[in-house]
Amino acid sequence: MNAFKPALFAAALAFGLGIAHGATLRVANQGDATSMDPHSLNESLQLSVTGNVYEPLVGRDRKLGLAPALATKWAQTSPTVWRFDLRRNVRFHDGTPFTADDVLFTFTRAAGDGSDMKGYTSAIKQVRKVDDFTIEIETATPFPILPDVISLVYIMSKKWCEENKAEKPVDRRKGIENAASFRANGTGPYRIKERQPTTRTTFVRNGNYWDKVDGNVDEVIFTPIGNDATRVAAMLSGEIDMMEPVPLQDVERLKANANINVMQGPELRTIFLGMDQKRDELQFSNVKGKNPFKDKRVRQAFYQAIDIETIKTRVMRNAATPTALMVAPGIKGFVPEMNKRLPHDADAAKKLLAEAGYPNGFEVGMNCPNDRYVNDGEICQAVAANLARIGVKVNLQAESKATYFPKILRRDTSFYLLGWTPGTYDAHNALSNLMATPTDKGQGQFNLGSYSNAKLDELTLKIQSETDQPKRNAMIAEAFKLHADDIGHIPLHQQALAWAMKKNVSLVQLADNFMPYKYIVVK
Amino acid sequence: MTTATAPGAWARFLDGDVWHSFRSSPVAIGAALVAAVCIFCALFANWVAPHNPFDLATLELADARLPPAWDVGGSAKYMLGTDDQGRDILSALMYGARISLLVGIASVALSVVVGVGLGLLSGFVGGKTDAFIMRVCDVMLSFPSILIALLIDGVGRAMFPNAHDTLAFAVLVLAIALPGWVQYARTVRGSTLVERNKEYVQAARVVGVAPLRIMSRHVLPNVMGPVLVLATIQVATAILTEATLSFLGVGVPPTQPSLGTLIRVGNDFLFSGEWWITIFPGLMLVLIALSVNLLGDWLRDALNPRLR
Repeated sequence: MNAFKPALFAAALAFGLGIAHGATLRVANQGDATSMDPHSLNESLQLSVTGNVYEPLVGRDRKLGLAPALATKWAQTSPTVWRFDLRRNVRFHDGTPFTADDVLFTFTRAAGDGSDMKGYTSAIKQVRKVDDFTIEIETATPFPILPDVISLVYIMSKKWCEENKAEKPVDRRKGIENAASFRANGTGPYRIKERQPTTRTTFVRNGNYWDKVDGNVDEVIFTPIGNDATRVAAMLSGEIDMMEPVPLQDVERLKANANINVMQGPELRTIFLGMDQKRDELQFSNVKGKNPFKDKRVRQAFYQAIDIETIKTRVMRNAATPTALMVAPGIKGFVPEMNKRLPHDADAAKKLLAEAGYPNGFEVGMNCPNDRYVNDGEICQAVAANLARIGVKVNLQAESKATYFPKILRRDTSFYLLGWTPGTYDAHNALSNLMATPTDKGQGQFNLGSYSNAKLDELTLKIQSETDQPKRNAMIAEAFKLHADDIGHIPLHQQALAWAMKKNVSLVQLADNFMPYKYIVVK
Repeated sequence: MTTATAPGAWARFLDGDVWHSFRSSPVAIGAALVAAVCIFCALFANWVAPHNPFDLATLELADARLPPAWDVGGSAKYMLGTDDQGRDILSALMYGARISLLVGIASVALSVVVGVGLGLLSGFVGGKTDAFIMRVCDVMLSFPSILIALLIDGVGRAMFPNAHDTLAFAVLVLAIALPGWVQYARTVRGSTLVERNKEYVQAARVVGVAPLRIMSRHVLPNVMGPVLVLATIQVATAILTEATLSFLGVGVPPTQPSLGTLIRVGNDFLFSGEWWITIFPGLMLVLIALSVNLLGDWLRDALNPRLR
């Protein structure tokens, strides 16, 4: 075997060198982006994939700092007004010039019916056109972090959307699809050549891109491969050039291969459990006439029943950091001294359940994806086993995110697992999306169990407009304290990133797990 | 009357060709032994198995992915190791085999009842009824059976999204039985066509026995031989189909793993060296399917007068 290895490696290198110009990159992920519509699902993978085709006004650079994209300059003209100078001579993939009208259209679309991006537009009062290449965004209250907040609102072409009857976002919750789900017309460095949902999406370089691209990849073939073993086999056989995530059990196996690199790093995503605290009776439970999750003692019992350390060592193979907070270290506003979990204590949990009136536990349905986060299905099974110890029977429904997301976004769930990376790298994002009381304006859009604390809502609004950093941090800490004391959610851990790629592929691994193809170089 | 004939029948069986052929066939004895052990473990899993893998409260996550007892790091507590949730593989095998056998036997029973009934009717009545039933068979045969099973399971899932877990077994049995009845119908029809012209049937007709009674009391016993053989072999096929469906993730609920589910879970760990999670359920499946198949083969030979 060994005698063949150098030869194989040389052949691989030669092959790699041969296609250095106009390289094709084959990428595999455990799941597919559920739609190409950039406003239909606020999920990292979907935004990462569509982020190669569409661009925001203000984007992110290699260090996740703000960087000009379709806006060249931005400044506050008053505490509630931001002015953006738009980039000139930019064309959409179909040749239409990009102007202020497209920006106005996009913000209406992203704030409108069916959009999953309302959380980013909720503070916006009005978007005004000053001239063709200048716009102003007015907010209801002072909003110093507006450029951060809109960095994931991708600009779409007004003309194209109107011509293709895609004025409104694809809404999977209601089963509404439109052309924007399968085709795309952005300004980004790549355009979609072919889209076969759940099978293959092919991207090609946009020859008219306004910026210089550092990478040399001309074609990207994105393939979802759900089965871990199959994905690893594809990587080992050379059928794909890179994959994400690497199943934790196979990290060593891939590292041992001379042609493959494994990149691991901390991720900003926090995995947590949510509970329906709004309905008077849970949809999926044998407790009738009342909702056990309204009782803090039940929520605490669930929290303390979970043996997070064993989940970390056995399920996550140590590639996770247990957390007590809903945001990761590295997110602005993270409070290290508050990151202490309630102890794992099954007896205390049992006692709490008994005090709450459930000495024999109860049954509850749990929703869980099995192709979205690292070992998500296994985590849920382990949680179910933990809860069985205190008498709670969990009816686990672990399924593909294609059916899981529409369901939980309709709030058809009693108990669920979700992961969240604040798209602004700021604690405010987690507060306003996950913890604030849901409103139809977009607050609490991902607070799927409708946890509600008026004091926290008030603090969230204040944090949004506060510019004095120490004061702001103090308010964030106060809000986190309220949420932790209420046990609004059960935080679990931050997972680690694990990407694998052939040795001839070099790229930037971003802590938000985004993968911009424009940074990828194939030697 | 039954009390008088029962011991007689048993004695006749012990004295007969079938028992003699069984005793002189080491393959049949071996297969029967293996099948008996599997069925015993499956039936009495509650008492035989060292752990209850379906009781989540007893799972010890800290013991997840332990190798078999004889391997480095293995524990005598878990003879064949544990899976990724700390489930004892040996116990999971026994409980899993129970589900596999249950689904296999139930679905074959269902398809035998439907298939024999329709085949008998088809062969005995003939004419348009025969043509209609046989064309339905042809249509059924033109679909791969796994496709029909997937379709039924998918429809069941869509119709009862929340109650699916409780109905999963019924849907699964139906999904496997539905494509299966065709073979019985064709076999029985063929035999019935031969039998219905024989003297004893004509005699019964002349005496004025009702057609339904002729079918059930006179023809049926004489066409059941091939059906028994076919059914035995089909049990193995049904078990494999169930395993395939569970492997694809549509079969039984994941909290009550059958052999197919266990193999699917273990499949993810093949590259990482944790081979026991998938190999043992795979071996168990091979053992069950092989022993049942060998028994079926032997039964076919034993019941075939030309091979005696």
